[in-house]
Amino acid sequence: MGIKVTNLSKRYGAQWALNTISFSVSPGEIVGFLGPNGAGKSTTMKILAGFIPQTAGDVTMCGLDLKEHSLEIRKKVGYLPENNPLYLDMYVAEFLLFSAELAGVKHIKNAIEKAIELTQIVDERKKKIGQLSKGYRQRVGLAHALIHDPSILILDEPSSGLDPNQAIEMRSVIKQLGTEKTILLSTHIMQEVEAMCSRVIILDHGKIIADDSLIGLKETAKGLSLEAIFRNLTNHVGSI
Amino acid sequence: MWAVFKKEIRSFLGSFIAYIVMGVFLLITGLFIWVIEETNVMDIGLANMQVLFNIAPYILIFLVSAITMRSLSEEKRLGTIEILTTRPVSDFSILMGKYLAALGLIIFTLLPTLFYYYSISTLADPLQGTDVGATWSSYCGLILLAASYASIGLFASALSDNQIVSLVVSMVLCFFWYGILGLLGDIEALDTIGKSLEWFGLDFHYKSISRGVFDTRDLLYFLGFIASFIGASKLVFESRKW
Repeated sequence: MGIKVTNLSKRYGAQWALNTISFSVSPGEIVGFLGPNGAGKSTTMKILAGFIPQTAGDVTMCGLDLKEHSLEIRKKVGYLPENNPLYLDMYVAEFLLFSAELAGVKHIKNAIEKAIELTQIVDERKKKIGQLSKGYRQRVGLAHALIHDPSILILDEPSSGLDPNQAIEMRSVIKQLGTEKTILLSTHIMQEVEAMCSRVIILDHGKIIADDSLIGLKETAKGLSLEAIFRNLTNHVGSI
Repeated sequence: MWAVFKKEIRSFLGSFIAYIVMGVFLLITGLFIWVIEETNVMDIGLANMQVLFNIAPYILIFLVSAITMRSLSEEKRLGTIEILTTRPVSDFSILMGKYLAALGLIIFTLLPTLFYYYSISTLADPLQGTDVGATWSSYCGLILLAASYASIGLFASALSDNQIVSLVVSMVLCFFWYGILGLLGDIEALDTIGKSLEWFGLDFHYKSISRGVFDTRDLLYFLGFIASFIGASKLVFESRKW
């Protein structure tokens, strides 16, 4: 009931951003999506979230085909986009109410309370989003993604721009969520992958160049650090 | 759809621009009806609101464009289009929510002009009164015209992520469909071609309804016009998927 991606491709104009990638994520798994900038991580996530359609290939989420059941799937998917776009002139509680209504949540009050509690923004609920620091905005974005209790979470760089304390808090929230949800997250921070993820998928130039459990990856690389593995696989210029 | 509708209304009323736009509209129409020589009701000596219905179409071009300019372009500029369109709502519902919110705000802005009507009707000769039928049909015409402008505005807003560009495009398109096509019928050199082109303009049908003749053909024209521009907006809005 997780995510299953088969031969997924995406073309922007003449350029292939994704070239026949296949992978799957099982429920209860936190999978880290790694890769240099422009490798196709965000494109994959945008497709999974239903923002843009694929050029070719199939995506099945929660047992449903993405092309045919887009609206149905969106009810079960929570998405935190890259750069976390939010309505800066809205109040936190107002935004979450809008978010819940848009997602068709039944018990709106409960859902908002739960999301606020989980992302620890109780004191911020009456503030304007534009007044919040980046860390709190990121939590509001996560609360938006969580509000309809989705079974799949797609988080595009959830801890980018956070200070170390905030990043650690974010990690613990995500890890806690990972016990019952399917999570796919992208990041550039290797410690984060090691702290949270059970599996890693490395993308480069629109192709998957590694898809293995953390332990498996380290075993094949004979004890190299994750950072070194990443550099070995994706560094085309040669070591500096 | 209603979630988007409510959010739009709230965010518009929370912004400063709403009150400026509404204030400007009421100020200008008020000046024309009560103050400016040659057009004010006292000098003309007719107890009707023809002045309002003559100038409102031009002022509405600005008012409606200012209301609709941010509806989609702001979402694109901020990137919030991504959190909006990944929710379980169709693109059409999002557009309709935004469109109806704009229309609701326009009607809300027109409401205070009912005071003008009240004042004029109390000033009217008690024996003759005001022409109630003509006033109401003119209001219907004005709302249909504003609804058409709003569909143009929505389309213009879908085109660009810059509010000012959307505003200008919307004003130019509205002026073309109302003003330019309306003028063509008066150009003698164009003869029958001008007359048939005039039929495509908003002015022709607005005037026809304002005269108090409620023809279903005019109504169908307006509904078709609105549907076409909403359809075009949907096409542009969905172009991200191409």
